[in-house]
Amino acid sequence: MATADYQSRSVVDAVATAPGGPLRRRVNWTPLTMLLPAVVALLLIGVYPLIYALRTSFQQFLVTKPYLGTPFVGLANYSAALGDPFFRDSLVRTGVFFLLTVPIQVVLGIAVALLLTSSRWRRLSAVTRVLLVLPIATTPTVIGLIGRLIYNRDFGLLNWAFSLIGLGPFNWLGEPKAAMITVALTDTWQWMPFVALVAMSGLTSVPPDIVEASKLETSDVWETFRNVQLPFLLPGLTAVLIIRTADILKMFDMIFVLTRGGPGVSTELVSIYVQRVGFRIFDMGLASAMAILLLILCNVLAQLYIRIFYREIEA
Amino acid sequence: MSAPIVAAGSVKSRPAPRRRSGRAIADILQLLALVALAVFILIPIYWMITTSLKSTNDTFAVPPLFIFPPTAEHYQTIIAEGAVLPSLRNSLIVATGSTALALLLGTPAAYAMARFDFRGKSALWFWFISNRFISPIVVALPFFLLARDLKLLDRHLALILAYLTFNIPLVIWLCIDQFRSIPRDIDQAALVDGAHPWQVFRSIMLPLAIPGVVVSAILCFVFSWNEFLFALVLTRSEARTAPVEASNFMTGFGVRWGAMMATGTLIVLPVVIFAAIVSRHLVRGLTMGAVK
Repeated sequence: MATADYQSRSVVDAVATAPGGPLRRRVNWTPLTMLLPAVVALLLIGVYPLIYALRTSFQQFLVTKPYLGTPFVGLANYSAALGDPFFRDSLVRTGVFFLLTVPIQVVLGIAVALLLTSSRWRRLSAVTRVLLVLPIATTPTVIGLIGRLIYNRDFGLLNWAFSLIGLGPFNWLGEPKAAMITVALTDTWQWMPFVALVAMSGLTSVPPDIVEASKLETSDVWETFRNVQLPFLLPGLTAVLIIRTADILKMFDMIFVLTRGGPGVSTELVSIYVQRVGFRIFDMGLASAMAILLLILCNVLAQLYIRIFYREIEA
Repeated sequence: MSAPIVAAGSVKSRPAPRRRSGRAIADILQLLALVALAVFILIPIYWMITTSLKSTNDTFAVPPLFIFPPTAEHYQTIIAEGAVLPSLRNSLIVATGSTALALLLGTPAAYAMARFDFRGKSALWFWFISNRFISPIVVALPFFLLARDLKLLDRHLALILAYLTFNIPLVIWLCIDQFRSIPRDIDQAALVDGAHPWQVFRSIMLPLAIPGVVVSAILCFVFSWNEFLFALVLTRSEARTAPVEASNFMTGFGVRWGAMMATGTLIVLPVVIFAAIVSRHLVRGLTMGAVK
């Protein structure tokens, strides 16, 4: 990375200081023509809707009552959102869901990465490595459908597996607490492999001689992992935390199909609730205010992670 | 399958006579863990495919049937009902269109970001990437109203454009690294020879950057194929994509398991097979985005 930066800077200087006015002029304008299409496209489809959502969040905007118009109401939507116990509860549920999924996925993912990079069953490891991409590529709505089948209380595969060891039957999707755990398990199926892949690429960036040297010094595998390998994993794991946080704050498809947020509202994570406010209750002003709050939350958390976890490998 | 693995294991075993039994136990535990992991990953996909081939009675069998007479009846039913194949076609059009457009707009921008210096570059980079973190729920309503006003509701174009919000940042993110990894001398030589930078980009740099372009194209396609929320909001019937079609099975209370799983198989299996074939690229893209 560092050398690439250095190279690009030095050669840009070389091009920019090349003799002749016309070339210099050309060098100045070309990047603009290359960047402009993407910038304009993202302004139109990314920023404009965002500004629109921001504006809507200051308006009363009830789709079902168009005769009321869309008067500006100041911060009323924001105070309504912050005072809405359902919104608060859905945020708490989202936090619980995060705690139920991400720590387990990180630990399991690292374990899987260590297993796949150190195992002597080379061929099976190679095959399993290919398998890791499958959950990530699987359509989340279809995962929800498969879940409905496998978790079925009466004839589902999971209850059959538990009955083999004399447990169950469990009502995986029918009881609030169980449903939350079931949804978390399903999420783990899809995203633990992602953590494993990121951890594996971190592990392969550890210079092998450092690991060997550490193994000579201590026979404790945990010591080797913590002092030698973990530092190389931290940048990737930071990115995983940021990506997973954003994902969970916008998580919708799989849960929407698997439980519709139910039973009751027990698995209604925040973006499902916002979707309900916007497209079922049709209070667009309130939904927009909630969505903007989510966006702010996501940004704050991302900044926080970067400050807390990010360590340079050399440090 | 197992024979060559055992052979490889015994050939490579290190001479450590005192701790051999400890090693053997560790190896067996590793083998068990690997098998458990593979089963964990494959079971849902396997169960979807087999259920799609079971007769309705076999679906409800307790204990579940692992061996059964396969039937294609559910596939015949859903194809005869006539909604699934058009939805797959819609998904293909939308995912391909959005991927192509994202590459068209994103690769020149990535090249400029990798090769030119200008004020505000890092801010621009951050802005490009931050677009990926905007939740669809934030912009779904503006998109809906915009599409309604522009008469784009239930048209492929609305989704193609909507998916650019995550596809363009992805292409830029991954292709910047790819362009940077190409030696500077190559395009510099062409520039000194008097070629226009656009020409250099098109006929020299882009062909050299194909690995990164392919990686980003694969990710764009898979994410677009799987997207649900925008598709739910922006389509009705004509342009309805496959994930929305799949979710429609949940309006009743899960009665048509066979048809449901047959639909799921048609949506997921092509992408999963594709993903397995290009897994090397896919892994590179997924981890490149996360690690850098």
